Amino acid sequence: MRIDGKGLIDRKTALNFRFDGRSYTGFQGDTLASALLANGVRMVGRSFKYHRPRGVMTAGSEEPSALVEVIERGQQTPNVRATVQELHEGLEARSQNRWPSLRYDLLAMNDLFAPFFGAGFYYKTFMWPRAFWERLYEPAIRRAAGLGSLSGKHDEGIYEKAFAFCDLLVIGSGPAGLMAALEAARAGADVILAEEDSRMGGRLLADTVEIDGRPGRDWAEGVLAELDAMPNVRLMTRTAVTGAYDHGTFGALERVGLHLAQPGERPRECFWRIAAKQAVLAAGALERPIAFADNDRPGVMMAGAVRAYLNRWGVASGKSVAIFTNNGDARKTADELTAAGIEVAAVIDSRPDAPALGDYRLYRGAQVTGTHGRRGLEWISVRDQNGERRVEADCLAVSGGWNPTLHLTCHMNSRPVWRPEIAAFVPVDGAVPGLHACGAAAGVFSTAGCLEDGLRAAGAALEAIGQKAPKIAAPKAEDGAYDISPLWVVPGERRAWLDFANDVTAKDVRLSAQENFRSVEHMKRYTTQGMAPDQGKNSNVGALAVLADATGRGIPETGTTTFRPPYVPVSIAAMGAGGRAAGFAPQRFTTSHEASVERGAPMIEAGLWYRPSYFPRMGETDWRRACNREVHNVRGRVGVCDVSTLGKIDIQGKDAARFLDFVYTNTFSTLQPGRVRYGLMLREDGHVMDDGTTACLAENHYLMTTTTAAAGLVMRHLEFVHQALRPSWDVRFISVTEQWAQFAVAGPRSRDLLNSVLDQKLDPAAWPFMACGAVSVSGVAGRLFRISFSGEHAYEIAVPARYGAALFRDLVARAETMGGGAYGMEALNVLRVEKGLLTHAEIHGRTTAFDVGLEKMMSKKKDFIGKAAAARPGLLGAGREQLVGLRPLDAEREIGAGAHLFRKSDPAKREFDQGYVTSACYSATLRSWLGLAFVVNGRARHGETIRLVDHMRKTEVLCEITDPVFFDPEGEKVRG
Amino acid sequence: MRYSGLRVIREGLFGNKGWRPAWREPEPKAEYDVVIIGGGGHGLSTAYYLAKNHGITNVAVLEKGYLGGGNVGRNTTIVRANYFLQGNSEFYSHSLKLWEGLEAELNYNVMHSQRGLINLFHSDGQRDAFVRRGNSMVNQGDDAILLDREGVREHLPYLDFEQTRFPIYGGLYHPRGGTARHDAVAWGYARGADSRGVDLIQNCEVTGIDIEHGRVRGVQTSRGPIRAKKVAMIVAGRSGQVAAMAGMRLPVESHILQAFVTEGLKPCIDHVISFGMGHFYISQSDKGGLVFGGDLDFYASYAQRGNLPMVEHVMEAGMTLMPMIGRAKVLRSWGGIMDMTPDGSPIIDKTPVEGLFLDCGWNYGGFKAVPASGWCMAHLVATGESHAVARRFTLDRFATGHLLDEEGTGSQHNLH
Amino acid sequence: MRITCPLCGERDRREFYYYGADDYLRRPGEGAAPEAWDSYLHLRDNPAGITRDLWHHEMGCSAWLVVERSTITHEIRSVKLVSDVQEGGK
Ligand SMILES: Cc1cc2nc3c(=O)[nH]c(=O)nc-3n(C[C@H](O)[C@H](O)[C@H](O)COP(=O)(O)OP(=O)(O)OC[C@H]3O[C@@H](n4cnc5c(N)ncnc54)[C@H](O)[C@@H]3O)c2cc1C
Ligand SMILES: [Zn+2]
Repeated sequence: MRIDGKGLIDRKTALNFRFDGRSYTGFQGDTLASALLANGVRMVGRSFKYHRPRGVMTAGSEEPSALVEVIERGQQTPNVRATVQELHEGLEARSQNRWPSLRYDLLAMNDLFAPFFGAGFYYKTFMWPRAFWERLYEPAIRRAAGLGSLSGKHDEGIYEKAFAFCDLLVIGSGPAGLMAALEAARAGADVILAEEDSRMGGRLLADTVEIDGRPGRDWAEGVLAELDAMPNVRLMTRTAVTGAYDHGTFGALERVGLHLAQPGERPRECFWRIAAKQAVLAAGALERPIAFADNDRPGVMMAGAVRAYLNRWGVASGKSVAIFTNNGDARKTADELTAAGIEVAAVIDSRPDAPALGDYRLYRGAQVTGTHGRRGLEWISVRDQNGERRVEADCLAVSGGWNPTLHLTCHMNSRPVWRPEIAAFVPVDGAVPGLHACGAAAGVFSTAGCLEDGLRAAGAALEAIGQKAPKIAAPKAEDGAYDISPLWVVPGERRAWLDFANDVTAKDVRLSAQENFRSVEHMKRYTTQGMAPDQGKNSNVGALAVLADATGRGIPETGTTTFRPPYVPVSIAAMGAGGRAAGFAPQRFTTSHEASVERGAPMIEAGLWYRPSYFPRMGETDWRRACNREVHNVRGRVGVCDVSTLGKIDIQGKDAARFLDFVYTNTFSTLQPGRVRYGLMLREDGHVMDDGTTACLAENHYLMTTTTAAAGLVMRHLEFVHQALRPSWDVRFISVTEQWAQFAVAGPRSRDLLNSVLDQKLDPAAWPFMACGAVSVSGVAGRLFRISFSGEHAYEIAVPARYGAALFRDLVARAETMGGGAYGMEALNVLRVEKGLLTHAEIHGRTTAFDVGLEKMMSKKKDFIGKAAAARPGLLGAGREQLVGLRPLDAEREIGAGAHLFRKSDPAKREFDQGYVTSACYSATLRSWLGLAFVVNGRARHGETIRLVDHMRKTEVLCEITDPVFFDPEGEKVRG
Repeated sequence: MRYSGLRVIREGLFGNKGWRPAWREPEPKAEYDVVIIGGGGHGLSTAYYLAKNHGITNVAVLEKGYLGGGNVGRNTTIVRANYFLQGNSEFYSHSLKLWEGLEAELNYNVMHSQRGLINLFHSDGQRDAFVRRGNSMVNQGDDAILLDREGVREHLPYLDFEQTRFPIYGGLYHPRGGTARHDAVAWGYARGADSRGVDLIQNCEVTGIDIEHGRVRGVQTSRGPIRAKKVAMIVAGRSGQVAAMAGMRLPVESHILQAFVTEGLKPCIDHVISFGMGHFYISQSDKGGLVFGGDLDFYASYAQRGNLPMVEHVMEAGMTLMPMIGRAKVLRSWGGIMDMTPDGSPIIDKTPVEGLFLDCGWNYGGFKAVPASGWCMAHLVATGESHAVARRFTLDRFATGHLLDEEGTGSQHNLH
Repeated sequence: MRITCPLCGERDRREFYYYGADDYLRRPGEGAAPEAWDSYLHLRDNPAGITRDLWHHEMGCSAWLVVERSTITHEIRSVKLVSDVQEGGK
């Protein structure tokens, strides 16, 4: 029901919306909750476990009950707080956790079985028969549990992430936050004022408070106008600060488009990372319920929320409102309701000495012992010294006191302390370095106190960053004392709810104590109290009090569970903004990418890079044909392959050679300018880290290549070895991977092909195997290396990246006229397997130089990284698996990498394992399947027949163990 | 007190007044045959099997906080036997078999749910590595099935097969893999150990280890000294500090691993999914929350909380793999202290001090090990000999080079 | 988390790579006993309190840094260039 003349809604802008298929209207400025209440809709959902009817309880993000699904075209958002969702034209929502409908929910029968569904009941049953858990019990439990549902469709919404920096982050825009922001802003500090609500002002929007003789709201408008006009202030509404992290970093969630009917290009949400030099926490306080029988019925609400609906949205939460309280706050509620013409049915004040202040029925020293009504509140039972009586009311406004909103102060493990005067926990100073809690968040509950405390907090923050605070006097405001006499739970036999969202009652907490789950953490985990969508915001302190009582301890002794980020739930999409599709990781493209794609090459991931798998030609029905042809081209004529993805590190300095000696197992100081050497690099733990060639370009100038996968790792390693282990050596590194496009030109006709593009023909005598030097391609200065990863006479030619695309096209076109062409990763793999050359399939981090047969490359004459650790007994000897070749006895029997190897007569069991296959391919050259494998003591077993078993691919093949070099073992072709 | 469905009904009918404490709250005695430091999953299961398998019941478990308050109650609850190196395979295989009988063994529903684990792969090379793993699993007697892309789609139709950054080539399906309710595992073992006479002593921090002539004599605690013939250090992330009390330096560095849970949702993810390329894994709890996690925060820490870079990375991985979870809201994040070793595998061994034993180095994967670790540690403490399936988990293997490096990332602690 | 690189100033943690404890700075000399290598590569004090660990400003200036930091609160006390520490030590 709307109350005329009240509220901050725009009554000229009516909005149509739907809930559970029915149409309603509300106004601009409404939340879904206020609009539903205004339309008299009281039941909005079903509870988690017992499926009890639930209505709106609060007016903020702490709402435990009014969770709905918001529906858009083809998509839905579950568990949206109706109290936070702003109304917009066409908004469509529906209730959750009920079937078939909200009114008639089949699982409402759970409530009848409540005696058997107490805390932790599931640990004690559903154990027999064993197989029933996955088949019967668990599916049934899963279906009953959960709240809203996902659509199962990809979330195509737009989300963003952003960074912000400031001197001072003020969290919360009530009186304390506004004063803090104002002081810091006037001091000239760079200020961000973040407010979760759609409007700044905090409690000033919900309560009728006077500041400096004006309505509090008007005062707030004045301050906000001043702040808004200052260039050093950023006002961020709809922005909940969600987490406090190290060194002044805060997470914050901004709802950017969720309140708009037509958000257009706007993101739904933006997740902010705010780096603040200092912060002020002025997040206010949350009112807490009192536990009494059936206190979860729709119509039972927080008193502060009832006032908020009245003052902010002009909504009466009921026709006849009863008030139940243990503190002086009730008076405000009663007065404001009365003033608005709403009947106050009674005030039930648990304090025996409660002052009578207004013209309404007051029951002193009284308690609410029950609530009644089918789908919403109709009447309550009240007990005082004169006995039990019935009070008719369709709304009960409950105030059990206030809890400071100190959640962020717990995010770095600080525990709040109990302050008995206000019967609440308050944060300790320094809980989060640089964060100053003030106002209600620090347990200051009067408006005047909050205004002053905001100034104090900002002053402290300014001082910490060396800025001078201007002299500002706090405006005048109400300064009443907060009078509370704790009442947590009304004694009685019936269930009294503590955690509404998870259906945890006082009985559950007592049962957990009875079963010796007495530590507060055990109680929480056993009962699930505090683990629901509101994360215990409404229930933690109450549950703690019940536990303290049940275990005969005080609240401070009992301790408290902690709050963890995020303060309000944050969608995965918001924190994961940018990760969708290809956004998850950078994509690196070679200069030949376009040309490869044009030729129809499937591009496959190689780390972050994309490389062509093969280059299909007309008539080739599968990739294997293309691959065979490409191998054939290289072996018979000439092939071209982009190898730019390999890491290239330029190394210079007068100690460069010495340095290479130290990081490689073999010697580089003897390498002459114009020559290239293959190098093996170990990790300090003695295993192979990487391999590759290093070219000596000139004296004290080298170019190291790494594998594609290890480029970053090697770079970091070199920097470490230099800065940490050899800081005085004169050597410098820079990655030039992106600067150079590099192509392998391989095959018997490689020199001819190169000669056709080089400005000067190659002199065979000057270009033996492992030579390198400068060349010129149509006037472009390039580099040429005579190296081979195929076992053929081959080169790699490098040009500055901007010429890469042109050179690749040119080389491929010329190669084609010579009967060759481009080759991709598949052919490259076959070529190197035929030659027994290594990739990370073999040097997978567990292998040593000894394992791969390169122990001769480990110099005995010098120290190098990994030398000492490689000598550990476990890394040597016949027990190790050593690299071998495999050939199926029947050459046409396919073998695959990952298969394990067994002696012919042994079963395929772990105990008999002899090794495994690392790489396999079909070699058209040798007309046979080939494999590389690690086999126990393999080098001594060449010629032995071994059984290859691949359960995954369901194959079993007898193979012969061979030398890993299948093709041209003498290496005549590379030198030719 | 035996638990059963009938009992739940009977107690329910009589106001649930008859439930008795799940365990006693004893005062520490002056002396025990065995003192176990650490009331986490591994400490409690060790106590249980000492009593059950070896008849040693004069045992105390000393826990500095509350039982199960460490990693055992903070993990993402994945239970699997999909290791591929000898030494690990047999151990985790044994563990999974124990899991499969755990409810009956403990008379406690730990909700072990064998819903199936799918490890995704995104290149031919990764496929080969998973084939090797799958074969190892089958050779060990466990189960593994290689799925191609369409096979994955049948199980997980909601993944982004079209646009994800690392295209899905297929997956290794481990049908017996799954999840369990972590707290219940700790409580089930605690209750079982207690009922066999083990003293579970909470709020009792061990502050010193008494050693005389190379032999352990007992411990100093926040509740006074306790003598013991044997002492077992089973404190996961705190292993470094506790071992230091015995003058030892361990091959362990403690790191943060964060985890996340969303608000409750109706069933939408029926498997455990592991997306190695994005360091992301996810399952849905029986309550309906999506439980997921990623990689370490990567810096040494005891803070049990992490920072945003890894939080965001995990969320981004979720969005590229399965954008259907975008609108699920993260409710809570937390962290545990991971005891990272230089090869990513654990240690169950004697120490140079006589009577002092060590069980640690569980890295990010010790939850699934809880039953077998207790089983093998109890065997070691009781008999002085390593159990056959834990033979390779020696303390000196880093010095000797007999490593168990499943990741192949080498001796840098945080890379496993 | 924010780290102040002596060369680049205060930067987000994302720019840095973490290696481990500064034990890695004390590499045993040639011919050192196996125990020294075990200690260098594997054994750690792993303090719950102030530690000195190694970070690499990988997305920045490439400097390796020794960061004095609490493993309990994450508070950073000092950041130094590894090359300064090492050269000073020699
Ligand atoms: C986020 C996260 C996700 C994980 N996910 C998985 C997963 O999916 N699957 C999986 O298998 N594993 C997972 N793990 C790992 C697994 O949880 C741990 O490896 C395992 O629980 C560690 O063994 P524990 O249970 O004994 O340790 P804890 O539970 O940590 O027990 C150690 C106990 O020792 C106590 N203690 C410490 N010092 C002292 C002292 N001085 N005196 C007395 N007591 C002391 C501690 O308080 C603690 O209770 C995960 C871990 C985390 C943090
Ligand atoms: Zn820098």
